[in-house]
Amino acid sequence: MTDMSALQSRIEGDSSGEDFSASIMSIEIGPAHPAMHGIVRFTTHLDGELIVGMDPEIGYLHRGFEKESENSKWIQVIPYTDRLNYVSPLLNNIGYSMAVEKLYGIEAPRRAEFTRVIMGEISRITDHLTCLGAVAMEIGAFTFFLWFIKAREYLWELVEEMTGARLTTNWTRFGGNASDLPDGFLNDLADRLVKLKEIMRECDKLLTRNKIFIDRVKDVGSFSKEDALSFGFTGPLLRASGIPYDVRRADPYSVYDELDFEIPVGSVGDCFDRFLVRMEEIRQSILIIEQAADKMPEGPYMTDERMMHYPDKKDVYGNIEGLIDHFKLVMEGHQPPAGEVYMPIEGGNGEMGFYLVSDGSGDPVRVRMRPPCFNLVAAMPAMTIGHYVADIVPIFGSVNMIGGELDR
Amino acid sequence: MEIILEIIMIPAVLATIKILVIILMFAMPLGTVLTLMERKWSAMIQDRVGPNRANIGKFTGHGALHLAADGLKSIFKEDTMPKGADGFLYLIAPFFGLIAGVATFAIIPLAGPIGDFTFQVTDIEPGLLFIFAITSLSVYGAVLAGSSSNSKFALLGGTRAAAQMISYEVFMGLALMGIFMVYGTTRVSGIVDGQNEYWFGNLIPMWGVFTQPLGFLLFFTALVAETKRAPFDAPEGESEIVAGYFLEYSGMRWSAFMLAEYVALVGVASLITTLFFGGYHIPWLHLWESAPQWLVTIMQVIKFSIFTLFFCWFQIQLRWTVPKFRFDQTMSLGWKKLLPLSLVNVIVTAFVILAFA
Repeated sequence: MTDMSALQSRIEGDSSGEDFSASIMSIEIGPAHPAMHGIVRFTTHLDGELIVGMDPEIGYLHRGFEKESENSKWIQVIPYTDRLNYVSPLLNNIGYSMAVEKLYGIEAPRRAEFTRVIMGEISRITDHLTCLGAVAMEIGAFTFFLWFIKAREYLWELVEEMTGARLTTNWTRFGGNASDLPDGFLNDLADRLVKLKEIMRECDKLLTRNKIFIDRVKDVGSFSKEDALSFGFTGPLLRASGIPYDVRRADPYSVYDELDFEIPVGSVGDCFDRFLVRMEEIRQSILIIEQAADKMPEGPYMTDERMMHYPDKKDVYGNIEGLIDHFKLVMEGHQPPAGEVYMPIEGGNGEMGFYLVSDGSGDPVRVRMRPPCFNLVAAMPAMTIGHYVADIVPIFGSVNMIGGELDR
Repeated sequence: MEIILEIIMIPAVLATIKILVIILMFAMPLGTVLTLMERKWSAMIQDRVGPNRANIGKFTGHGALHLAADGLKSIFKEDTMPKGADGFLYLIAPFFGLIAGVATFAIIPLAGPIGDFTFQVTDIEPGLLFIFAITSLSVYGAVLAGSSSNSKFALLGGTRAAAQMISYEVFMGLALMGIFMVYGTTRVSGIVDGQNEYWFGNLIPMWGVFTQPLGFLLFFTALVAETKRAPFDAPEGESEIVAGYFLEYSGMRWSAFMLAEYVALVGVASLITTLFFGGYHIPWLHLWESAPQWLVTIMQVIKFSIFTLFFCWFQIQLRWTVPKFRFDQTMSLGWKKLLPLSLVNVIVTAFVILAFA
């Protein structure tokens, strides 16, 4: 629906081509706009304040993740995955590593898996907190944004304790993790969860039952089960529409089948349902973390298979196998067997899958990531048309578009 | 000396001096300090530190220097004008709101009269009707800014502001109708003196908030909406239409919008104090018959200031606690709920007055 003559006149700097008296007004929301917190552009067509048309335009944050991965060694892709969904980087690390492990046909030791569950759920909570905080802020409740960010800060300090970085975590390896639990980590974790629950309680009291807030999000952006399925929704938005699909339960990976948690489900899929589903998922994630911390087994945090990690120094200098392994790993990298795998895990926004193709050499042939929010952004016109321009804010906020994983 | 005194007592000169004192010593400084107060208070609500970096050497004044820094920055900033803007209207629009905000203080008494001398710029007969006229004027600021900026976001903000302010004007007047009926006047000094009466001997002062509780809530809501403060700040809608009608402004003109907002905030607080909380009258003070006049006047100014500050604080607290209404929700709240309520208030007040008079 791009009007070329209007575009032309704008390029030439002639404002007379913009006709305010026309009954349909086109307005560019984004790429630089306070509510577009990835970078994305919505060319919105308005009749008064009513949205009658919308063209999403994505790709402003494209960095060529997939192509870059093909030119790297398998292990060198892990730092790139940090930058996919940059509010829950650990989940990306975990997803990619598990996909490569599936290619190898190995599993990480149980201690590593439980640690991954804890860190993954922490990342899911930070993802949800960021999303909910942004929604609250954009409909005027700025205070809650900062309260949620405060809670996220407590969790990111844990991530920093574990990985040494807040965002660029680069923490998992094939067949295990880069580090074991630091000393006193579980105590810190318990402390932080208490604080997090306190903040959740405060926000529940002041926001979830706030009449103005409910008015703003109730019946806004409703999306039926059928529509959600046909657009390929996954994650909190699909569950808010009433379908209890969660990769952690539908296709259990890691040790999720040993843990007890529930999948919250909404009814009509409006922004309020999405808010409530995300709030409940945070609580369920806290339960999961507590169970995983209780069950944390002793043992190694890295597999002892050969050619998965550098051998110990005493083996490198002491025997020929160690020396050869070290040489091959440095010069050629990991060499998973030829084949292809698709490994989905439950990311912050939904099903985050890695599709990998290997020809048995040290370089990936194809690394493809299924970004959960791609389908959600594609449904933006379907969700917003018929609503007011102010409703773009909660709808797009609940979509939780992350530029890094959308544009890759 | 006597000549000076004589010149001062010329009504026109006296009024000018009062205007300067009230506006330059009360309204503007309070409006300016409120910007800092709001930042500090919101920081407290949100577990932040708030502004504390502007400094001269080691002196920061707990953020007070940010006021000076902001002022300097605005003055030296380029005064931009978008291409295609309607020049003259674009340039004068920021000052409508500021003038309207400041003009509110013309009829607000800060303390009781001493002899012929009143602590009020003018005590005109129409009184509060003047307020309605002036606040209507501030609509023009938003509308002109929105329509002359040649920006679609600003245009949306301008239309929202126009619709909202005109709607809320309607029942703002109706909400005050009860006050007029109870105190039998529109003159501000009459209303303030009427609130110095007591019920049941000397038990309860006849403050507007006790005689007109519903009227108080309605009028307060209407005033907050009229000044476009949260939760009624859809015309600014910083998340969807960026900043609304003043999106394109920069420098001192942008500051004029901001200052107008804070002056209006003080104006709302002082109006509420004057009309519903006894104005400058301190309840039960008449029981202390030998009170010296100068002490009474000082206490009255202090009482008035405390109540005004309280309502300023209350509006700030409101802004940082609740989300904001969507534009159509603001309108339906005004027309479908508050307007009928204020009509009911007028009718009930009329019957009560008829029954007891």
